Amino acid sequence: MSDTHAQTVAFVRETQIPPAPPPGRETGVYKWIRENLFSSVPNSILTLAALALIYALLSSTLPWLLNGVWTTNSLAECREVLDGKLGACFSVLSERWNQLLYGFKYPGTEYWRPNLALVLLLVALAPVLFFDLPRKLLAFTAIYPFLAFWLIWGGSILVPIVALLGFVAAGFVFQKFGKGSFALGFFGAIVAAVVVWNIGGFLIPEGASDNAMLSAVPSRDLGGFMLNMMLGVTCVSLSVPLGIALALGRQSNMPLIKWICVVFIEFVRGVPLITLLFVASVMLSYFFPPDATVDLFLRVVIMITLFSAAYIAEVIRGGLAALPKGQYEAADSLGLDYPQAMRLIILPQALKISIPGIVNVAVGLFKDTTLVSVISMFDLVGMIRGPILASTEWNGVYWELLGFAAFLFFIVCYGISQYSQWLERRLATDHH
Amino acid sequence: MSTLTDPPKAQFQLSMLVNDTRYRSLTFQAIAALVLALAIWYLGNNLIQNLRAAGLNISYGFLGDPSGYDINQRLIEYDSQSSHARAAVVGVLNTLLVAVLACITATIFGVVAGVLRLSNNWLVSKLMAVYVEIFRNIPVLIWIIIIFTIMTAVMPGPREFRGDNATSSMLFDLFAFTNRGVYIPMPWFESGFFASGALNWLVVIAALVGSFLVMRRIEANATKTQEKTGVRPKTKLIALGVWLVPLALVLFVMGLSWEVPELKGFNFKGGIKIGGPLIALWFALSIYTGAFIAENVRAGIQAINKGQTEAAAALGLRPGRIMNLVVLPQALRVIIPPLISNFLNITKNSSLAIAVGYADITATLGGITLNQTGRAIECVLLLMLFYLTASLLISMVMNVYNASVKLKER
Repeated sequence: MSDTHAQTVAFVRETQIPPAPPPGRETGVYKWIRENLFSSVPNSILTLAALALIYALLSSTLPWLLNGVWTTNSLAECREVLDGKLGACFSVLSERWNQLLYGFKYPGTEYWRPNLALVLLLVALAPVLFFDLPRKLLAFTAIYPFLAFWLIWGGSILVPIVALLGFVAAGFVFQKFGKGSFALGFFGAIVAAVVVWNIGGFLIPEGASDNAMLSAVPSRDLGGFMLNMMLGVTCVSLSVPLGIALALGRQSNMPLIKWICVVFIEFVRGVPLITLLFVASVMLSYFFPPDATVDLFLRVVIMITLFSAAYIAEVIRGGLAALPKGQYEAADSLGLDYPQAMRLIILPQALKISIPGIVNVAVGLFKDTTLVSVISMFDLVGMIRGPILASTEWNGVYWELLGFAAFLFFIVCYGISQYSQWLERRLATDHH
Repeated sequence: MSTLTDPPKAQFQLSMLVNDTRYRSLTFQAIAALVLALAIWYLGNNLIQNLRAAGLNISYGFLGDPSGYDINQRLIEYDSQSSHARAAVVGVLNTLLVAVLACITATIFGVVAGVLRLSNNWLVSKLMAVYVEIFRNIPVLIWIIIIFTIMTAVMPGPREFRGDNATSSMLFDLFAFTNRGVYIPMPWFESGFFASGALNWLVVIAALVGSFLVMRRIEANATKTQEKTGVRPKTKLIALGVWLVPLALVLFVMGLSWEVPELKGFNFKGGIKIGGPLIALWFALSIYTGAFIAENVRAGIQAINKGQTEAAAALGLRPGRIMNLVVLPQALRVIIPPLISNFLNITKNSSLAIAVGYADITATLGGITLNQTGRAIECVLLLMLFYLTASLLISMVMNVYNASVKLKER
């Protein structure tokens, strides 16, 4: 061993160097911007283009929005206040607020009724949407449709009570016989309900609606966003059970029932909703008995429900097909009959899989309720295009009104889709 | 000692109709058939009674009567003396026109937005997310009305193009954007082979189809050579020639010239007029459905395992080829089925034309003809028949395509 190194003292560091902060360009905002916005030349060009687009959008809309006028009585007055400056004329919203929400015929003193119905709707929906809430609240959900009908249409309270009694009788019969044989319980329930409704129909006196607690409002007086909400809620809630029945029918191994369902679903899905609304407005009354006057609202509800039921049926069919075959076999091996297997094992899982699809249909259906304006019902869009834009005061305020309508629909639809995403996370039983 | 007993004799009891699985399905189907027959009888009976009360009958004779109304946007000859049937045909062609146009542009919008939403540029992906959410959550009817309003209330009128100090001017002196529609130059043939313009265009299409067939042969030969020798002959220049030379020759012989729209009197004359309603419907359907397609494209690309990209990169493929050869062929399988239903939706949503006065089949047959003749049942039935046929055709064609791109399992 040479002694070259004998005198050199080995340098041994005895303490650790304290960790130094990363260089400035590798941390914080600077790094984030560089990696996410300017990582390469094309990326930088994209960023600049996006910034230019955002600037162009904001620079034209923001002054218009912020400079808005809320308190004038007509467009001419509004233009005077603005005095040539860029600004929105939101006064049309504040002046026609009630018309936009309730239509132009609903009696002004009765606005509290739809309002109360809306609040109660939220209460009734809560236990359905958030199933952590106590199950007893579902009792109110069951009563709600009759209550809401009475609140909005008014008239004799006997009508919704008889309707409710029919359902109560049906439920009672089903409880009594459904345990033994599902078919017996099911058909018995239908018979019971029909019997109660017929008897009740005789018992309601002729002029019961004339001096009722809540004055009667005919369907043709409904309008505005209220009409969209009513159509949306009614049709979705009616079409889910119908859709389940159609999906099960389509999966059935009874050829006749299967073909009825297939033909119905494919027919409805093949035609646009507008043609079905035409059926409701000009054609359907030919199919009712000559003396029956079924009002337009009901006819539209029937057609939209059939329409969305066909779509929901396809979604649920997907859910049924996605279930492993073992689930069906397990149900069979437990000795469950068809209704039991469906209710206890198959449908709960299939519906869970179908939730995103059902919500999609629901959102689409809610948006499609605007189409009733084509058959001259005055929903939100119908009100804007008809009475409001045609009036001398407000002829020419397009953006404020259409923007308001778009905003309302966006809020509701975006809310529903966010709820469905929450529900999916909540229901996820698999672990990743 | 055991006694053998006969198996119990099969004895038919009434309760077996419901409880015995051998008969149960027959019972239920018999009930269903009965209910169906009763319903049809009931509805048909009502229909007959109502029609008799109204003094009507079911007859399609009205289709031959002169229609008495004009149609602004039309692809074939039509005037107010033409029959209702011809008006319906004009409507059918208009529906197909707007549906085809909107399907093409919606696919472009959707693919661009879907790919950009996956971009690693934060700003761009967020911008596309906003686009998708806004357009998906607002009814298409409102979009159609908004764009129609832009077309009619915001665009300049033709008179603003006139004079020396006109407030508006034509783009490149070729395109005019007015509140009555967009005017674009129209190609036509000075010395065409045929008198009718449509036949001359068929010649052009025939030339293009010929080029396509020749190109297919050349590509196939190139592949054969490549498989034999390993070197692919260069075909790009030849391809350019095969596509351009016959086309240029045909256009030159027939004397292609352009008719540029010009301001004459109160309005633009010449060129092709694309009316405001058509543009509103076309554009609104494209951006609305584009948002849905964007989500499908994103889902399709995300469904491809990242390992596929990495494996392809490990094999030495460049990013462009990874996209073309590995990711897209697999993603297409996920994208195409929902794309079919989006095309169907465009076709069906084109019926909203009635809201802006575009003369599609719903507006002619289901709108004016229905109101003039009062033949509600016949008109609505014909309308439904048309849409059913269109839907079935689209899904059939697209399913054939879907079958050709789907995973071939062996």
